Amino acid sequence: MTIKAAGTQSTVAQTGASTPIIEFRDVRVQFDSHMVHDGLSFALNPGEVTTLLGPSGAGKTLVLKLIIGLIFASKGVVSVTGRDMNTLTEEELREVRVTAGMLFQGAALFDSLSIFENIAYGLRERGETNEQTLREVVASRLEMVGLPGIEKKVPSQLSGGQKKRVGLARALATSPRIMLYDEPTTGLDPTSTRMIDELIVKFKEVHGITSLVVTHDIASARRISDRWMLLNGGKIVADGPVDTVSQENQFVADFIAGRWKEEI
Amino acid sequence: MLPFKTHLRSLGAYAHMMVDVVRDILNNGISVRETSRQIVWIGISSVPIVLLTAVFTGMVLAMQTAYGLHRFGAKNYVGNLVGLALARELGPVLTAIMVCGRVGAGIAAEIASMTVTEQVDAIRALGANPIQRLITPRIVAGTLCMPLLTGVAVITGICGGWFVSVFELNIPAFQYYRSYLYAVQIRDVTDGLIKSVFFGLIVVSIACFKGLTVRGGTEGVGITTTAAVVTGSLSVFISNFFITKFLILLTYK
Repeated sequence: MTIKAAGTQSTVAQTGASTPIIEFRDVRVQFDSHMVHDGLSFALNPGEVTTLLGPSGAGKTLVLKLIIGLIFASKGVVSVTGRDMNTLTEEELREVRVTAGMLFQGAALFDSLSIFENIAYGLRERGETNEQTLREVVASRLEMVGLPGIEKKVPSQLSGGQKKRVGLARALATSPRIMLYDEPTTGLDPTSTRMIDELIVKFKEVHGITSLVVTHDIASARRISDRWMLLNGGKIVADGPVDTVSQENQFVADFIAGRWKEEI
Repeated sequence: MLPFKTHLRSLGAYAHMMVDVVRDILNNGISVRETSRQIVWIGISSVPIVLLTAVFTGMVLAMQTAYGLHRFGAKNYVGNLVGLALARELGPVLTAIMVCGRVGAGIAAEIASMTVTEQVDAIRALGANPIQRLITPRIVAGTLCMPLLTGVAVITGICGGWFVSVFELNIPAFQYYRSYLYAVQIRDVTDGLIKSVFFGLIVVSIACFKGLTVRGGTEGVGITTTAAVVTGSLSVFISNFFITKFLILLTYK
């Protein structure tokens, strides 16, 4: 594999391994006169953990929201599991959304619901009404994230790190094929950070989940990623395996070293 | 001042939300559990504040009208004026304003907080529809509760007027009731209740819309809450004119 330069084709061409599970082709996102992405192209292969790096305001979270259909591209194609998100009806969008789970930056737990109801929310939405099944799934997901037995608590009783892990359990409840992480370790202590990192790697190794992680935490990104992409000026300016791209790509080297300049 | 184009776009987005609500009700019906929860919060919890507003309004109205009517030796007609004013205008409008201040602000703040903390996005990401989960139950509950609250307000206001008339203005109780029953017809009461249905719809839907379209983080929540109350109250006053005009046209057609 080689490191890619800005605006090049997706990694599907590089690896030639499998059909991409997520693919962006020449995507443009524009709000009024403000252009966020223009000509954004990349592809994610099944089972990969990819980290999306970039300066604040580059539109990294927007990429996650495009994938899960919370925002739509002004131009271009966002394909998730082979379906073009721009052409789907609301009902079809819901079908695609349940194949993906998302951990939001602040966990986005529902304040008025218990932890049990938070985690069971997506399952109920998919028509699961058997309380015994719900209890089992919720207990297993909480076990998975290392927080067993907190079903009856409410989000306000949890620490920031615990909220993130419950958010993760909620996203995993529907057994997604894709996981999207928005700043999963921001504001967490080193122990919680390492725990989240280990979970992301475990989900890939044990369950084969494809992950796209948006983060500014370079140490964490090194631990979990197979591949890094660097987003700037609405485009991917560097893309490749972590070891190679972090050492050989000047954009990434400058970004990591804090020598980043907007005009790069 | 926002440019005209922004207002127009906002109006379009509001209309779009209302179409989604109607579509949701037609396709999925109404969630009894969540709507009941909202009825308790919007309706039952608003009763004390509506009672207090109505009783003092009725009392002041009786005093003011007696003061004016006394000059013409028509003090005994206080019941007519209090009854008509409360049933046709003050009952529906004051109830709507009080509910807008209490419930509209609460709904706008709650939904705006959920929006800025990405809880609304999380609902969609989990395959659910925020309109179905958050908006429809509140709008249905608001539309159902407002006429009930208005009915309570009218009765309480009339009782307040009776209290002042009898104990302060020395008008015989039967005289107050006779003048009230003589002046207020069923049509006056139904017109007031019809108006209140629209007020409920307006107040709650505006609060929901403002909450969903909040911008700017926690600062935006405060701004949105204020905007929901101001826009909701103004919309009640403006729509009141047109609904009243329409109902009068229907009556005298």
